[in-house]
Amino acid sequence: MAKIHVTTTVNGEPVEFLCEPQQSMLDVLRGPLGLTGSKEGCGSGDCGACSITLDGRLVCSCLMLAVEAEGHEIGTIEGMASGDGLHPLQQKFLEMAALQCGICTPGVLVAAKALLDKNPDPTETEVRFGLAGNLCRCTGYDKIVRAVLETAAEMRGAKAEMPEAVR
Amino acid sequence: MTPFRYARATEAGEAVRLAAEAGARYLGGGTNLVDLMRETIERPAALIDVTGLAATIKETEAGGLRIGAAARNTALAEHRAVRSRYPALARAILAGASAQIRNMATVGGNILQRTRCTYFYDDAGARCNKRNPGEGCDAIDGFNRSHAILGASPACVATHPSDMCVALAAFDAVVHLAGPAGARQMPLTELHRLPGGHPEIETALRPGELITAIELPPLPIAARSTYRKVRDRASYAFALVSVAAALDVRDGRVADVRLALGGVAHKPWRARRAEEALRGGPATAAAFRVAAEAELAPAAPLRDNGFKIELATRTIAAVLGELAGEAA
Repeated sequence: MAKIHVTTTVNGEPVEFLCEPQQSMLDVLRGPLGLTGSKEGCGSGDCGACSITLDGRLVCSCLMLAVEAEGHEIGTIEGMASGDGLHPLQQKFLEMAALQCGICTPGVLVAAKALLDKNPDPTETEVRFGLAGNLCRCTGYDKIVRAVLETAAEMRGAKAEMPEAVR
Repeated sequence: MTPFRYARATEAGEAVRLAAEAGARYLGGGTNLVDLMRETIERPAALIDVTGLAATIKETEAGGLRIGAAARNTALAEHRAVRSRYPALARAILAGASAQIRNMATVGGNILQRTRCTYFYDDAGARCNKRNPGEGCDAIDGFNRSHAILGASPACVATHPSDMCVALAAFDAVVHLAGPAGARQMPLTELHRLPGGHPEIETALRPGELITAIELPPLPIAARSTYRKVRDRASYAFALVSVAAALDVRDGRVADVRLALGGVAHKPWRARRAEEALRGGPATAAAFRVAAEAELAPAAPLRDNGFKIELATRTIAAVLGELAGEAA
Protein backbone atom coordinates (compact mmCIF):
# COMPACT_ATOMS: atom_id res chain seq x y z
CA MET A 1 0.00 0.00 0.00
CA ALA A 2 1.33 3.43 -0.91
CA LYS A 3 2.72 5.50 1.92
CA ILE A 4 0.85 8.63 2.91
CA HIS A 5 2.52 12.02 3.05
CA VAL A 6 1.73 13.95 6.23
CA THR A 7 2.44 17.62 6.92
CA THR A 8 2.23 18.59 10.57
CA THR A 9 3.87 20.60 13.34
CA VAL A 10 5.87 18.99 16.14
CA ASN A 11 6.87 21.15 19.12
CA GLY A 12 6.35 24.26 17.02
CA GLU A 13 8.50 23.11 14.07
CA PRO A 14 6.98 22.24 10.68
CA VAL A 15 7.49 18.52 10.00
CA GLU A 16 6.75 16.23 7.06
CA PHE A 17 6.85 12.45 7.05
CA LEU A 18 5.70 9.40 5.12
CA CYS A 19 3.78 6.65 6.89
CA GLU A 20 1.62 3.58 6.42
CA PRO A 21 -2.03 3.94 7.47
CA GLN A 22 -1.54 1.41 10.27
CA GLN A 23 1.39 3.23 11.89
CA SER A 24 0.54 4.97 15.14
CA MET A 25 1.69 8.49 15.94
CA LEU A 26 3.92 6.89 18.57
CA ASP A 27 5.55 4.64 15.93
CA VAL A 28 6.39 7.67 13.78
CA LEU A 29 7.57 9.83 16.68
CA ARG A 30 9.93 7.15 17.96
CA GLY A 31 10.99 5.88 14.51
CA PRO A 32 11.31 8.29 11.58
CA LEU A 33 11.18 11.43 13.72
CA GLY A 34 13.69 10.15 16.29
CA LEU A 35 11.75 11.53 19.26
CA THR A 36 12.07 8.67 21.72
CA GLY A 37 10.90 10.54 24.82
CA SER A 38 7.35 9.23 24.41
CA LYS A 39 7.27 5.59 25.53
CA GLU A 40 5.19 2.59 24.60
CA GLY A 41 3.89 0.96 27.75
CA CYS A 42 0.69 -0.94 27.11
CA GLY A 43 -0.13 0.07 23.53
CA SER A 44 -3.83 0.10 24.40
CA GLY A 45 -4.42 3.54 25.90
CA ASP A 46 -4.33 2.41 29.52
CA CYS A 47 -0.93 3.52 30.84
CA GLY A 48 -0.35 7.01 29.43
CA ALA A 49 3.42 6.55 28.87
CA CYS A 50 2.89 7.70 25.25
CA SER A 51 1.00 10.90 26.21
CA ILE A 52 1.40 13.81 23.80
CA THR A 53 -0.74 16.83 22.99
CA LEU A 54 -2.73 17.23 19.77
CA ASP A 55 -3.71 20.87 19.27
CA GLY A 56 -3.17 21.26 23.01
CA ARG A 57 -5.38 18.31 24.00
CA LEU A 58 -3.73 15.50 25.95
CA VAL A 59 -4.00 12.21 24.00
CA CYS A 60 -2.44 8.75 23.84
CA SER A 61 -0.16 8.60 20.78
CA CYS A 62 -0.41 4.79 20.68
CA LEU A 63 -4.11 4.99 19.75
CA MET A 64 -3.68 7.90 17.34
CA LEU A 65 -2.90 7.03 13.75
CA ALA A 66 0.06 8.98 12.38
CA VAL A 67 -2.05 10.08 9.38
CA GLU A 68 -4.32 11.93 11.82
CA ALA A 69 -1.50 14.41 12.48
CA GLU A 70 -2.12 16.06 9.10
CA GLY A 71 -2.63 19.79 9.58
CA HIS A 72 -2.52 19.58 13.38
CA GLU A 73 -0.02 20.56 16.07
CA ILE A 74 1.76 17.85 18.04
CA GLY A 75 3.47 18.54 21.37
CA THR A 76 5.84 15.98 22.94
CA ILE A 77 8.04 15.80 26.03
CA GLU A 78 10.98 16.97 23.87
CA GLY A 79 9.25 20.34 23.52
CA MET A 80 8.77 20.90 27.23
CA ALA A 81 12.15 22.39 28.18
CA SER A 82 13.38 25.61 26.57
CA GLY A 83 16.92 24.77 25.48
CA ASP A 84 18.77 23.89 28.68
CA GLY A 85 16.10 25.49 30.83
CA LEU A 86 13.86 22.81 32.31
CA HIS A 87 10.15 23.41 32.66
CA PRO A 88 9.23 24.07 36.32
CA LEU A 89 7.52 20.65 36.44
CA GLN A 90 10.68 18.91 35.24
CA GLN A 91 12.79 20.82 37.76
CA LYS A 92 10.40 20.00 40.60
CA PHE A 93 10.26 16.31 39.66
CA LEU A 94 14.07 16.22 39.97
CA GLU A 95 14.14 18.09 43.27
CA MET A 96 11.41 15.99 44.86
CA ALA A 97 12.46 12.67 43.26
CA ALA A 98 8.99 12.23 41.80
CA LEU A 99 10.22 9.33 39.70
CA GLN A 100 12.11 6.10 40.08
CA CYS A 101 12.60 3.99 36.94
CA GLY A 102 11.48 6.88 34.75
CA ILE A 103 9.54 5.09 32.02
CA CYS A 104 6.24 6.77 32.91
CA THR A 105 7.85 10.16 33.59
CA PRO A 106 7.64 11.75 30.11
CA GLY A 107 3.94 10.90 29.91
CA VAL A 108 3.31 12.06 33.46
CA LEU A 109 5.05 15.38 32.77
CA VAL A 110 3.12 15.98 29.53
CA ALA A 111 -0.13 15.14 31.31
CA ALA A 112 0.73 17.32 34.32
CA LYS A 113 1.55 20.27 32.06
CA ALA A 114 -1.75 19.82 30.20
CA LEU A 115 -3.50 19.75 33.56
CA LEU A 116 -1.83 22.95 34.84
CA ASP A 117 -2.37 24.74 31.50
CA LYS A 118 -6.09 24.18 32.01
CA ASN A 119 -6.25 24.50 35.79
CA PRO A 120 -3.35 26.43 37.39
CA ASP A 121 -4.70 25.90 40.91
CA PRO A 122 -5.80 22.26 41.19
CA THR A 123 -6.73 20.49 44.41
CA GLU A 124 -5.03 17.21 45.26
CA THR A 125 -8.18 15.40 44.11
CA GLU A 126 -8.10 17.24 40.80
CA VAL A 127 -4.44 16.32 40.28
CA ARG A 128 -5.15 12.66 41.03
CA PHE A 129 -8.20 12.73 38.71
CA GLY A 130 -6.24 14.51 35.97
CA LEU A 131 -3.35 12.03 36.12
CA ALA A 132 -5.52 8.91 36.44
CA GLY A 133 -4.56 7.96 32.88
CA ASN A 134 -0.85 7.75 33.73
CA LEU A 135 0.24 4.59 35.48
CA CYS A 136 3.38 4.52 37.63
CA ARG A 137 4.46 1.22 39.18
CA CYS A 138 7.30 2.69 41.28
CA THR A 139 6.34 5.79 43.21
CA GLY A 140 2.90 5.03 44.57
CA TYR A 141 1.96 8.45 43.09
CA ASP A 142 2.35 10.50 46.27
CA LYS A 143 5.61 12.13 45.22
CA ILE A 144 4.21 12.85 41.75
CA VAL A 145 1.06 14.45 43.14
CA ARG A 146 3.03 16.55 45.63
CA ALA A 147 5.49 17.68 42.94
CA VAL A 148 2.64 18.79 40.67
CA LEU A 149 0.92 20.67 43.50
CA GLU A 150 4.17 22.39 44.54
CA THR A 151 4.95 23.34 40.93
CA ALA A 152 1.47 24.78 40.52
CA ALA A 153 1.90 26.88 43.66
CA GLU A 154 5.32 28.07 42.50
CA MET A 155 4.10 28.94 39.02
CA ARG A 156 1.16 30.89 40.45
CA GLY A 157 3.59 32.75 42.73
CA ALA A 158 5.92 33.55 39.84
CA LYS A 159 2.97 34.77 37.81
CA ALA A 160 1.74 37.00 40.65
CA GLU A 161 5.19 38.64 40.85
CA MET A 162 5.22 39.40 37.11
CA PRO A 163 4.25 42.87 35.94
CA GLU A 164 0.67 42.91 34.64
CA ALA A 165 1.78 43.51 31.03
CA VAL A 166 3.70 40.23 30.63
CA ARG A 167 1.36 37.82 32.47
CA MET B 1 -2.47 -4.48 12.74
CA THR B 2 -3.81 -5.71 9.42
CA PRO B 3 -3.14 -3.19 6.61
CA PHE B 4 -6.07 -1.02 5.57
CA ARG B 5 -6.89 1.93 3.35
CA TYR B 6 -7.34 5.33 5.00
CA ALA B 7 -9.51 8.20 3.75
CA ARG B 8 -10.57 11.41 5.40
CA ALA B 9 -14.13 12.69 4.95
CA THR B 10 -15.07 16.35 5.24
CA GLU B 11 -18.85 15.95 5.35
CA ALA B 12 -21.33 13.17 6.08
CA GLY B 13 -22.39 12.49 2.48
CA GLU B 14 -18.78 12.06 1.43
CA ALA B 15 -18.13 9.76 4.40
CA VAL B 16 -21.05 7.50 3.44
CA ARG B 17 -19.84 7.35 -0.18
CA LEU B 18 -16.28 6.55 0.92
CA ALA B 19 -17.55 3.80 3.23
CA ALA B 20 -19.44 2.02 0.45
CA GLU B 21 -16.75 -0.66 -0.02
CA ALA B 22 -16.96 -3.92 1.88
CA GLY B 23 -15.14 -3.96 5.21
CA ALA B 24 -15.00 -0.18 5.63
CA ARG B 25 -15.40 1.29 9.10
CA TYR B 26 -15.77 4.85 10.34
CA LEU B 27 -12.92 6.14 12.53
CA GLY B 28 -13.77 8.43 15.44
CA GLY B 29 -11.34 8.88 18.33
CA GLY B 30 -9.99 5.38 17.76
CA THR B 31 -9.74 4.65 21.46
CA ASN B 32 -11.66 1.40 21.06
CA LEU B 33 -11.44 0.59 17.33
CA VAL B 34 -7.68 1.17 16.99
CA ASP B 35 -7.10 -0.83 20.17
CA LEU B 36 -9.15 -3.72 18.76
CA MET B 37 -7.27 -3.42 15.45
CA ARG B 38 -3.97 -3.69 17.30
CA GLU B 39 -5.33 -6.89 18.85
CA THR B 40 -6.43 -7.98 15.32
CA ILE B 41 -9.95 -8.53 16.68
CA GLU B 42 -11.11 -5.83 14.25
CA ARG B 43 -9.65 -6.06 10.75
CA PRO B 44 -11.32 -3.38 8.60
CA ALA B 45 -10.33 -3.11 4.93
CA ALA B 46 -10.66 0.67 5.11
CA LEU B 47 -11.00 3.38 7.74
CA ILE B 48 -13.03 6.46 6.88
CA ASP B 49 -11.89 9.22 9.24
CA VAL B 50 -14.96 11.18 10.38
CA THR B 51 -13.26 13.19 13.13
CA GLY B 52 -13.41 16.28 10.89
CA LEU B 53 -17.21 16.18 10.68
CA ALA B 54 -19.64 18.29 12.72
CA ALA B 55 -18.50 18.56 16.34
CA THR B 56 -20.56 21.55 17.41
CA ILE B 57 -22.88 21.50 20.42
CA LYS B 58 -25.77 23.89 19.93
CA GLU B 59 -29.25 24.73 21.16
CA THR B 60 -32.15 23.38 19.13
CA GLU B 61 -35.23 25.46 18.33
CA ALA B 62 -37.19 23.16 20.64
CA GLY B 63 -34.89 24.09 23.54
CA GLY B 64 -32.81 20.92 23.62
CA LEU B 65 -29.23 20.33 22.51
CA ARG B 66 -27.85 18.99 19.25
CA ILE B 67 -24.42 17.41 19.61
CA GLY B 68 -22.29 16.77 16.53
CA ALA B 69 -21.14 13.14 16.58
CA ALA B 70 -17.49 14.20 16.25
CA ALA B 71 -17.65 16.24 19.48
CA ARG B 72 -15.04 14.94 21.90
CA ASN B 73 -16.25 13.49 25.20
CA THR B 74 -14.35 16.16 27.13
CA ALA B 75 -15.99 18.97 25.16
CA LEU B 76 -19.43 17.57 25.89
CA ALA B 77 -18.75 17.08 29.61
CA GLU B 78 -17.41 20.64 29.92
CA HIS B 79 -20.19 22.31 27.94
CA ARG B 80 -22.03 24.89 30.01
CA ALA B 81 -25.54 23.82 28.95
CA VAL B 82 -24.75 20.15 29.60
CA ARG B 83 -23.41 20.90 33.07
CA SER B 84 -26.39 23.03 34.05
CA ARG B 85 -29.29 21.34 32.25
CA TYR B 86 -28.19 17.69 31.95
CA PRO B 87 -25.67 17.30 34.82
CA ALA B 88 -25.94 13.48 34.89
CA LEU B 89 -24.51 13.44 31.36
CA ALA B 90 -21.46 15.51 32.34
CA ARG B 91 -20.93 13.36 35.44
CA ALA B 92 -21.29 10.13 33.47
CA ILE B 93 -18.65 11.16 30.94
CA LEU B 94 -16.22 12.28 33.64
CA ALA B 95 -16.74 8.98 35.47
CA GLY B 96 -15.32 7.12 32.48
CA ALA B 97 -11.82 6.39 31.20
CA SER B 98 -8.98 8.93 31.62
CA ALA B 99 -8.31 12.51 30.52
CA GLN B 100 -6.39 11.21 27.49
CA ILE B 101 -9.17 8.88 26.37
CA ARG B 102 -11.98 11.40 26.99
CA ASN B 103 -10.02 13.96 24.94
CA MET B 104 -9.75 11.54 22.03
CA ALA B 105 -13.10 9.75 22.12
CA THR B 106 -15.93 11.14 20.02
CA VAL B 107 -19.58 11.01 21.03
CA GLY B 108 -20.45 8.82 18.03
CA GLY B 109 -17.59 6.46 18.79
CA ASN B 110 -18.52 6.24 22.47
CA ILE B 111 -21.98 5.00 21.45
CA LEU B 112 -20.50 2.38 19.11
CA GLN B 113 -17.74 1.11 21.41
CA ARG B 114 -17.67 -2.63 21.93
CA THR B 115 -17.83 -4.71 25.07
CA ARG B 116 -14.80 -5.11 27.34
CA CYS B 117 -15.69 -8.76 28.07
CA THR B 118 -12.31 -10.40 28.63
CA TYR B 119 -13.37 -13.44 26.59
CA PHE B 120 -14.18 -11.17 23.63
CA TYR B 121 -10.63 -9.77 23.84
CA ASP B 122 -8.99 -13.18 24.29
CA ASP B 123 -8.93 -14.26 20.66
CA ALA B 124 -6.07 -16.67 21.31
CA GLY B 125 -7.78 -18.80 23.90
CA ALA B 126 -11.49 -18.18 24.36
CA ARG B 127 -14.65 -18.86 22.44
CA CYS B 128 -16.84 -15.83 21.75
CA ASN B 129 -20.03 -15.57 19.73
CA LYS B 130 -19.29 -11.93 18.96
CA ARG B 131 -15.92 -12.72 17.36
CA ASN B 132 -16.89 -16.03 15.77
CA PRO B 133 -20.67 -16.33 15.61
CA GLY B 134 -21.87 -19.79 16.58
CA GLU B 135 -18.68 -21.04 18.29
CA GLY B 136 -20.02 -20.61 21.83
CA CYS B 137 -19.40 -18.35 24.82
CA ASP B 138 -16.74 -19.03 27.44
CA ALA B 139 -17.95 -16.22 29.70
CA ILE B 140 -21.21 -17.95 30.64
CA ASP B 141 -19.38 -20.69 32.56
CA GLY B 142 -16.24 -18.65 33.13
CA PHE B 143 -15.21 -15.76 35.33
CA ASN B 144 -18.27 -13.57 34.87
CA ARG B 145 -18.22 -11.17 37.80
CA SER B 146 -18.55 -8.13 35.52
CA HIS B 147 -21.15 -9.58 33.15
CA ALA B 148 -24.84 -8.95 32.46
CA ILE B 149 -27.72 -9.75 34.78
CA LEU B 150 -30.51 -8.32 32.62
CA GLY B 151 -31.48 -9.12 29.02
CA ALA B 152 -28.65 -11.60 28.39
CA SER B 153 -28.99 -14.78 26.30
CA PRO B 154 -27.40 -18.23 26.21
CA ALA B 155 -25.24 -16.85 23.36
CA CYS B 156 -23.83 -13.79 25.14
CA VAL B 157 -23.64 -12.25 28.61
CA ALA B 158 -21.46 -9.24 27.75
CA THR B 159 -22.23 -5.71 28.93
CA HIS B 160 -22.09 -2.40 27.09
CA PRO B 161 -19.30 -0.42 28.74
CA SER B 162 -20.36 3.19 28.11
CA ASP B 163 -21.15 5.58 30.97
CA MET B 164 -22.24 8.38 28.62
CA CYS B 165 -24.89 6.21 26.98
CA VAL B 166 -26.57 5.48 30.31
CA ALA B 167 -27.29 9.18 30.79
CA LEU B 168 -28.34 9.55 27.13
CA ALA B 169 -30.75 6.63 27.57
CA ALA B 170 -32.28 8.21 30.67
CA PHE B 171 -32.80 11.50 28.83
CA ASP B 172 -34.55 10.12 25.71
CA ALA B 173 -31.68 11.11 23.41
CA VAL B 174 -32.33 10.73 19.68
CA VAL B 175 -29.57 9.58 17.31
CA HIS B 176 -29.34 11.16 13.85
CA LEU B 177 -28.02 8.89 11.11
CA ALA B 178 -26.83 9.29 7.53
CA GLY B 179 -26.66 6.30 5.23
CA PRO B 180 -26.73 5.04 1.67
CA ALA B 181 -30.56 5.17 1.74
CA GLY B 182 -30.67 8.65 3.28
CA ALA B 183 -30.99 10.19 6.70
CA ARG B 184 -33.11 8.91 9.59
CA GLN B 185 -33.35 9.11 13.38
CA MET B 186 -33.92 6.65 16.18
CA PRO B 187 -34.11 6.81 19.96
CA LEU B 188 -30.80 5.87 21.57
CA THR B 189 -32.64 3.19 23.57
CA GLU B 190 -33.43 1.42 20.27
CA LEU B 191 -29.94 1.71 18.78
CA HIS B 192 -28.28 -1.00 20.85
CA ARG B 193 -29.67 -4.54 20.65
CA LEU B 194 -30.00 -7.26 23.24
CA PRO B 195 -27.81 -10.23 22.24
CA GLY B 196 -30.47 -12.88 21.55
CA GLY B 197 -29.10 -15.49 19.14
CA HIS B 198 -26.94 -12.96 17.29
CA PRO B 199 -24.66 -11.09 19.70
CA GLU B 200 -22.38 -10.19 16.79
CA ILE B 201 -25.11 -7.77 15.63
CA GLU B 202 -24.83 -5.09 18.28
CA THR B 203 -26.90 -2.23 16.89
CA ALA B 204 -29.91 -1.48 14.73
CA LEU B 205 -27.72 0.48 12.29
CA ARG B 206 -27.90 -0.59 8.65
CA PRO B 207 -24.74 -1.28 6.66
CA GLY B 208 -22.86 1.95 5.94
CA GLU B 209 -24.89 4.10 8.32
CA LEU B 210 -23.05 6.86 10.17
CA ILE B 211 -24.04 8.61 13.39
CA THR B 212 -24.02 12.33 12.57
CA ALA B 213 -25.53 13.87 15.71
CA ILE B 214 -27.21 13.18 19.04
CA GLU B 215 -30.16 15.29 20.05
CA LEU B 216 -31.24 15.83 23.64
CA PRO B 217 -34.86 16.89 23.96
CA PRO B 218 -35.77 19.83 26.20
CA LEU B 219 -36.17 18.08 29.56
CA PRO B 220 -36.56 20.33 32.61
CA ILE B 221 -36.39 17.33 34.98
CA ALA B 222 -32.84 16.64 33.77
CA ALA B 223 -31.58 19.77 35.53
CA ARG B 224 -31.90 17.80 38.78
CA SER B 225 -30.11 14.64 37.75
CA THR B 226 -27.03 12.71 38.74
CA TYR B 227 -24.91 9.72 37.84
CA ARG B 228 -23.39 7.27 40.27
CA LYS B 229 -20.88 4.64 39.19
CA VAL B 230 -19.94 1.73 41.42
CA ARG B 231 -16.64 0.06 40.52
CA ASP B 232 -13.65 -1.71 41.96
CA ARG B 233 -11.46 1.41 42.19
CA ALA B 234 -12.15 5.11 42.35
CA SER B 235 -11.21 5.95 38.80
CA TYR B 236 -10.38 4.42 35.48
CA ALA B 237 -12.47 1.28 35.84
CA PHE B 238 -15.64 0.08 34.14
CA ALA B 239 -18.90 0.08 36.07
CA LEU B 240 -20.04 -2.95 38.02
CA VAL B 241 -23.30 -1.02 38.26
CA SER B 242 -24.09 2.57 37.39
CA VAL B 243 -27.24 4.65 37.69
CA ALA B 244 -28.33 7.79 35.84
CA ALA B 245 -31.39 9.37 37.41
CA ALA B 246 -33.50 12.53 37.34
CA LEU B 247 -36.29 13.11 39.82
CA ASP B 248 -39.07 15.66 40.21
CA VAL B 249 -40.74 15.56 43.62
CA ARG B 250 -43.83 17.65 44.35
CA ASP B 251 -45.65 17.62 47.69
CA GLY B 252 -43.81 14.48 48.70
CA ARG B 253 -44.80 12.55 45.58
CA VAL B 254 -42.86 11.58 42.47
CA ALA B 255 -44.18 13.89 39.76
CA ASP B 256 -41.75 12.48 37.20
CA VAL B 257 -38.60 10.36 37.03
CA ARG B 258 -35.97 9.17 34.57
CA LEU B 259 -33.81 6.16 35.39
CA ALA B 260 -31.24 4.12 33.48
CA LEU B 261 -28.61 1.54 34.46
CA GLY B 262 -25.12 0.73 33.20
CA GLY B 263 -22.95 -2.34 33.72
CA VAL B 264 -25.90 -4.72 33.90
CA ALA B 265 -26.86 -5.47 30.28
CA HIS B 266 -25.78 -5.71 26.64
CA LYS B 267 -27.15 -2.19 26.20
CA PRO B 268 -27.68 0.92 28.31
CA TRP B 269 -30.69 -0.19 30.35
CA ARG B 270 -33.59 2.22 30.62
CA ALA B 271 -35.35 1.25 33.86
CA ARG B 272 -38.95 1.67 32.72
CA ARG B 273 -40.42 -0.78 35.25
CA ALA B 274 -38.97 1.22 38.11
CA GLU B 275 -40.08 4.51 36.54
CA GLU B 276 -43.65 3.22 36.26
CA ALA B 277 -43.60 1.98 39.83
CA LEU B 278 -42.40 5.39 41.04
CA ARG B 279 -44.57 7.82 39.07
CA GLY B 280 -47.30 9.33 41.22
CA GLY B 281 -46.21 7.41 44.29
CA PRO B 282 -44.59 8.61 47.52
CA ALA B 283 -41.00 9.85 47.36
CA THR B 284 -39.83 7.69 50.23
CA ALA B 285 -36.88 5.37 50.78
CA ALA B 286 -39.26 2.42 50.98
CA ALA B 287 -40.92 3.27 47.66
CA PHE B 288 -37.50 3.74 46.00
CA ARG B 289 -36.46 0.28 47.21
CA VAL B 290 -39.69 -1.34 45.95
CA ALA B 291 -39.29 0.29 42.52
CA ALA B 292 -35.65 -0.82 42.30
CA GLU B 293 -36.66 -4.38 43.21
CA ALA B 294 -39.30 -4.31 40.45
CA GLU B 295 -36.63 -3.39 37.89
CA LEU B 296 -34.30 -6.15 39.03
CA ALA B 297 -37.02 -8.80 39.34
CA PRO B 298 -36.22 -10.37 35.94
CA ALA B 299 -32.47 -10.44 36.69
CA ALA B 300 -30.74 -13.74 35.94
CA PRO B 301 -27.39 -13.99 37.77
CA LEU B 302 -24.44 -16.05 36.60
CA ARG B 303 -21.93 -17.83 38.86
CA ASP B 304 -20.01 -14.72 39.95
CA ASN B 305 -22.28 -11.71 39.42
CA GLY B 306 -25.28 -12.34 41.68
CA PHE B 307 -24.06 -9.48 43.91
CA LYS B 308 -25.00 -7.05 41.15
CA ILE B 309 -28.73 -7.53 41.84
CA GLU B 310 -28.52 -6.17 45.38
CA LEU B 311 -25.85 -3.65 44.37
CA ALA B 312 -28.06 -2.25 41.60
CA THR B 313 -31.11 -2.22 43.86
CA ARG B 314 -29.28 -0.32 46.59
CA THR B 315 -27.60 2.08 44.15
CA ILE B 316 -30.93 2.98 42.52
CA ALA B 317 -32.51 3.58 45.94
CA ALA B 318 -29.52 5.61 47.14
CA VAL B 319 -29.40 7.83 44.06
CA LEU B 320 -33.15 8.50 44.20
CA GLY B 321 -32.83 9.24 47.91
CA GLU B 322 -30.03 11.72 47.19
CA LEU B 323 -32.11 13.49 44.51
CA ALA B 324 -35.21 13.53 46.75
CA GLY B 325 -33.13 15.00 49.55
CA GLU B 326 -32.01 17.81 47.27
CA ALA B 327 -35.61 18.49 46.34
CA ALA B 328 -36.80 18.67 49.94
